[in-house]
Amino acid sequence: MGILEIKNVNKRFGGLQALGNVNLTVMENTVHAIIGPNGAGKSTLLNCLVGKLLPDTGTAMFDGRSVLGKKPHQINQMGISRVFQTPEIFADLSVLENVMIPCFAHRDGSFKINAMSSLMRERDMLDKAEHILEDLNMADKRDMHAGSMSRGDKRRLELAMCLVQEPRLLLLDEPTAGMARADTNNTIDLLKEIKAKRDITMVIIEHDMHVVFSLAERITVMAQGTPLVEDTPDKIKGHPKVKEAYLGEAA
Amino acid sequence: MLGLNRKDAILLLIVAVLALFAPFILNPFPVDSALAQFNAGYPDLMQRFVIFGIFAIGFNILFGLTGYLSFGHAAFLGVGSYSAVWMFKLLSMNVLPALVFSVVIAGLFALVIGYVSLRRSGIYFSILTLAFAQMSFNLAYSVLTPITNGETGLQLALTDPRILDSAQVGGSLPVTSLFGAEMRSAMTLDLAGWSFTFSVGYYLCAIIMLIAFYLSVRLFRSPFGLMLRAIKSNQQRLNYTGLESRPYTLAAFVISGMYAGLAGGLLASMDPLAGADRMQWTASGEVVLMTILGGAGTLIGPVLGAGFIKYFENIFSKINESILHQWFAFLPDGVQDFIVMILYPFIGKGWSLTLGIMFMLVVIFLPGGLVEGGQRIARLFRRTKTTDGDVVSTKTKPAE
Ligand SMILES: Nc1ncnc2c1ncn2[C@@H]1O[C@H](COP(=O)(O)OP(=O)(O)OP(=O)(O)O)[C@@H](O)[C@H]1O
Ligand SMILES: [Mg+2]
Repeated sequence: MGILEIKNVNKRFGGLQALGNVNLTVMENTVHAIIGPNGAGKSTLLNCLVGKLLPDTGTAMFDGRSVLGKKPHQINQMGISRVFQTPEIFADLSVLENVMIPCFAHRDGSFKINAMSSLMRERDMLDKAEHILEDLNMADKRDMHAGSMSRGDKRRLELAMCLVQEPRLLLLDEPTAGMARADTNNTIDLLKEIKAKRDITMVIIEHDMHVVFSLAERITVMAQGTPLVEDTPDKIKGHPKVKEAYLGEAA
Repeated sequence: MLGLNRKDAILLLIVAVLALFAPFILNPFPVDSALAQFNAGYPDLMQRFVIFGIFAIGFNILFGLTGYLSFGHAAFLGVGSYSAVWMFKLLSMNVLPALVFSVVIAGLFALVIGYVSLRRSGIYFSILTLAFAQMSFNLAYSVLTPITNGETGLQLALTDPRILDSAQVGGSLPVTSLFGAEMRSAMTLDLAGWSFTFSVGYYLCAIIMLIAFYLSVRLFRSPFGLMLRAIKSNQQRLNYTGLESRPYTLAAFVISGMYAGLAGGLLASMDPLAGADRMQWTASGEVVLMTILGGAGTLIGPVLGAGFIKYFENIFSKINESILHQWFAFLPDGVQDFIVMILYPFIGKGWSLTLGIMFMLVVIFLPGGLVEGGQRIARLFRRTKTTDGDVVSTKTKPAE
């Protein structure tokens, strides 16, 4: 039994079959990578998991409970956080505020009126937010306007926003795209560290094979909306079908 | 202080000083001088400054923080006024129960309108709120006449029950009061050529405005305020972060509706009558102007905007042609007539033209409103100071 079970998921956009009969099982506490060429349907699959899209058919269970038909905030409260392919942050707010929002969401649930408590006196929330920013080497950017940062920094900020919620399942859609090499390596180390520290399952979509092979314990290769093969990184490296469909052009 | 950081505490203190000394500050000109025209320190107008300040502070909680632009907030102001007058008629001339009742009823009203309108966002939300407000306005004139007294407006009558007050003795209408202190009672201080009036009504309004302002500062700096700002910034992200935006926007809507109700209740407490025109769309538009003019999303902006607009409405509109002639009397006749002719459209009934032009200038050149203007001026001063410093240092270097 995996923590995430996707069965027979189909999604069409007009005439385009974006997802065709997707079956995928992600085991608890593993890092599972999904790779595949552009337009393979990787992001669409994640969109179905976080409540952005409703698939035409199929089921998706997280920890034995269906996520389909639930609202995005409900899915997040179940313990699923996502980093988007194009950074989704609160561009008008400071970096620290960006990280504090998920802190409160994690502590207080989906709605709470605490209009008379002061943000700067929420010591434990502040500590938590500052701590995660330190982990991501962003402590110096704490008071910066989030929207004015580089794309790579925005991505790291979004990662911080997800990690601070201590999710059980972390969905990462190209988390290192647009990052400098050093930051990419940093992110790899950070994800490894978090993985070692506590129970967390990660699904990671990535075009950068260095990232994939440094982190993944299982890899699924998708093309044209359907998973082709799923195996361990070593087996995937030598798989003829994979070379043909993906690695051949990426290498 | 009071759970505020230093900067906010100083701001609150400044607002408090301005509000409490307003009778002096707004009356800078001696009574007999030509400029006495521009004195705004009489109770009636000062009350309106702070009451509309409250209205705008509340509106800013919704619009400034969440970005949801309501075009129907005057409905809550009107509901507040009607509720207050009904309390004066039925219960007592004490303003306290009237104010509480206005806030509660306006809050309930906002809950219903907000619940429906917040199903949409952007322009559709604005239109829905506008539709509701116009509906209330029209109903107040027609079907709801038993409650609103239609076109005449709701007024006090000698035959009103007023169950808590002791039986009516004299033949005149009772006046609003706070535990015996009559709202209209005032004390005048004559000092040399100046005359300052301190009225109970104004000070009640000012103190309530300070409390309202303090609460809004707390709200701005709270986690709840942060969530509201997050809604304005990226509602999608907020949802994927595990927060439901609708209850937050609804809460903000109801809170700002209660502020509007409070303002309406205060208007009625100062002058116990309520008419439907208070709910008209122009009144809803006015609070939008106030907030944007002062600086939406800033703490002090709405209060400044409200003061600014009310000042124009009441002072500029009173300048007439003969006053203009008086001012330019020192010029030769032809020039004088010419200048008066040019200025005439901008004064008196034309005050809204002046206001409109100023509003456009502010929106185009100072998108952050008057507050941004103030900040820019402050920055300018700071910069000239530092460049002065640089000049000094380059001058001293060669000497070394
Ligand atoms: N909301 C949508 N409406 C219509 N078509 C869509 C929508 N979302 C995705 N598609 C289409 O579905 C297909 C799969 O897109 P998807 O974004 O899932 O690919 P991907 O594997 O994430 O690719 P990439 O590596 O470029 O991110 C593409 O052809 C895309 O154009
Ligand atoms: Mg994608």
